[in-house]
Amino acid sequence: MAAVMPQLTNPLAPPPATSRLLLSGNEAVARAVWESGVRVAAAYPGTPATEIIESLARYPDLHAEWSVNEKVSMEVALGASMTGARAFCAMKHVGLNVASDCLMTMTITGAYGGLVIAVADDVGMSSSQNEQDSRFWGRFAHIPVLEPADSQEAYEMTKFAFGLSEQYETPVLLRLTTRICHVKGLVVVGERVAHEPAGFIKNPQRWVMVPAHAKTRIPSLFQRDETLRGVSEASPLNVLESGTDRSVGFVASGPAYMHVKEAFPDAPVLKLGFSYPWPPEKMRALAAMCDKLVVVEETEQLLETEIKAAGIACHGKDVLPRMGELSPQVLGPAVDRLLGKEVPPLPAAVPMKVFPRPPTLCASCPHMGIYYTLSQIKNIIVSGDIGCYTLGAGHPWNALDTTICMGATMGVALGIDKGRGAVDKNKRIIAVIGDSTFMHMGMQGLLDITYNKGNVTVLLLDNNTTGMTGGQATPASGKDIHGAEAPRVDLAKVVEALGVANERIKVVDPYELPVLFKTIRDEIKIDGPSVIIARRPCVLIDDFKPFRPYLVEEDKCTGCGNCIEVGCPAIHVTRREKVVKPSGKEVELAFVNIDNQACTGCGLCVQPCAPDAIQHVPRRDIPIHIVKT
Amino acid sequence: MSQNEITNILVCGIGGQGVMTATEILAEAAIAEGHDVKKTEVAGMAQRGGVVTSHLRFGRKVLSPQIEPGTVQVLLGFEGAEALRWSHYLRPDGLALVNNAKLVPPVVELGLFDYPEDPTGQMRAAGRRVVSFDAMSIARDLGEIRLGNTVMLGAIADYLPFSPDVLLACIVKRFARKGEAVVEANRRAFAAGREAVAKQLGASLPNPAAHA
Repeated sequence: MAAVMPQLTNPLAPPPATSRLLLSGNEAVARAVWESGVRVAAAYPGTPATEIIESLARYPDLHAEWSVNEKVSMEVALGASMTGARAFCAMKHVGLNVASDCLMTMTITGAYGGLVIAVADDVGMSSSQNEQDSRFWGRFAHIPVLEPADSQEAYEMTKFAFGLSEQYETPVLLRLTTRICHVKGLVVVGERVAHEPAGFIKNPQRWVMVPAHAKTRIPSLFQRDETLRGVSEASPLNVLESGTDRSVGFVASGPAYMHVKEAFPDAPVLKLGFSYPWPPEKMRALAAMCDKLVVVEETEQLLETEIKAAGIACHGKDVLPRMGELSPQVLGPAVDRLLGKEVPPLPAAVPMKVFPRPPTLCASCPHMGIYYTLSQIKNIIVSGDIGCYTLGAGHPWNALDTTICMGATMGVALGIDKGRGAVDKNKRIIAVIGDSTFMHMGMQGLLDITYNKGNVTVLLLDNNTTGMTGGQATPASGKDIHGAEAPRVDLAKVVEALGVANERIKVVDPYELPVLFKTIRDEIKIDGPSVIIARRPCVLIDDFKPFRPYLVEEDKCTGCGNCIEVGCPAIHVTRREKVVKPSGKEVELAFVNIDNQACTGCGLCVQPCAPDAIQHVPRRDIPIHIVKT
Repeated sequence: MSQNEITNILVCGIGGQGVMTATEILAEAAIAEGHDVKKTEVAGMAQRGGVVTSHLRFGRKVLSPQIEPGTVQVLLGFEGAEALRWSHYLRPDGLALVNNAKLVPPVVELGLFDYPEDPTGQMRAAGRRVVSFDAMSIARDLGEIRLGNTVMLGAIADYLPFSPDVLLACIVKRFARKGEAVVEANRRAFAAGREAVAKQLGASLPNPAAHA
């Protein structure tokens, strides 16, 4: 979705303290980071966390950056913390996988300046390849986990997290979910307090993690867990609400707490804001006051298992779903069943049958040229990656065969090349990757392809932005997070430096279908790695300038439907007609027009139109100021 | 606190239509009236052209941000098939205000699925209260297609638990920087939206969002 911006008219003048603002969870975290006197904030864009750093970039007094990936963003935050500065990094759930190498050792060094990691789980998977539960990292890395339940709490807990981090010298994990990040609620904001770094202190035993040093520090992790359990027990973030109906009590954190309160307003609830380490005495007190205990957690059966291990009987995933978002309408019947009550059928809220409307590539999206072309080439296996171009797996192109994780296209393509047997011998292997994903995690994979002499043709889709998350700058876009000029990396030179022979690096325009087709066909015929850089700006960024739109001359359209195969959302069928060909075969013709409000004149559909029915809209009929040619 | 005191408004359409902005303005109006507010989106992937629903809940104290099926007082549909898709979110006495736009996605143009015949007719046949109108034609008649979203806000203005003037004031505030001509055009679009619905409903339909 489009970037959600805070309501700041002047970036140098954030709304004053005590303002009551309508903020998303992401915007609330950003405000709190700024108020906490943070000096460095870093992230790689990723739904649903993107807007945290996007908002922070509008605040003064700190360095905000788009890092090339989540691991680097965490390392940047750690380095800042080493100087005593307060530091922050944000990422989506899968981003923390990338950053985990840093996390698992950073937890041993600990934080010096307050160090907070916001991680946003995509519960319900609106825009991710998996639904993993980031609460596990608290256990794995022995760091505290805070879980806000709305925007106000996101703001307050972020501020609390920096103090907690400094007091116990620990990184703090702020676990968000889509229903925190992308829910707007009212937040009362406060003053910024500056935080001058105390200074870097040379201390190899602490900062140089060789075995001898790490061994001396690891016991402190276990001690920290114990200390923080006590802090959690006393924390006002963990509230035991005694309720009046003691038949069922609940344990809940994050958005699940709101669902519990809505479905069971009179029940006892232990609300966990400081959710790891969780408070055992409060848990026992809750268990003692109710007949049955239900642990309400979105996705994994984590707390429930730990509570049972502590000898407290409870229910949870035996009655609740193990994936997707919870809601009051899910909780109510589940608990009724647990109590042996008859569950009344839900009110007549049956969805009507309506066609699916999957996300589509935009009109004039340069990726359409790529996937239209790939859909015309036989005998290929195409590995894909994460970004708008993952949509190439959908209709009408069906032109992607794999998608796993950021940068995986390279390794997967090489593995297919090296692993294939006689049955796949005649196929050619193509790896598709976007420019931002390439710099995030694709470069190493390409190096692996060249080093290991893979027969892979790489399509590097350079649209000059991180498109999927709303058009953030990259090291190849020549702009920084504020839109100011920044050094621009030359992707062709990077590719050459990674070992691709100069004559095997081609730069093409994805709007020029014949050249694109010929280049791909030529390159896949030759053994050895090659890279085709397809260069055109994303249509949603400022670099894109629309061309003169097209229309269909109705009397010329033969209904062949070739243009529809391009997949452009601006092309519409006006009528269908069944005809019998001389061969006796019945075919359905589809006559089309073009929505010239949506068309921006890329010309992709013009090229497969045999009868030349697609022509420019006459100049007099269009607002000239938007047109380039 | 009972569920009845919470107003649930569901705004639906497709990416790029302005669903989220319209809901944001409705949220601002609810805040101006002193309500607690939560607003959330289900927008799927970042691309244009996918399904977008924006959930707005307001009242004395809002807990869960998500609206559940069967609980919506007013459904504001920016597109016919999308209004049909989400019509089961309406309460039995709920009201659907639907822009007649028909936005056909590539999967339908490819012949893989059919666009429903007369989506609002299907909603009526299922017993829903529906008012449909052509917000884009109304906007075009006012001389600027971009006024369509203000027409939509005008359409819902008389079916909120507060005065239409509160909503209008929020719209005016948004456009104040753009000058008096733009503000005036939006005032006209707002009035035209109200009129488009009133013309069909008159005073016959009780306001489902009015608090008893």
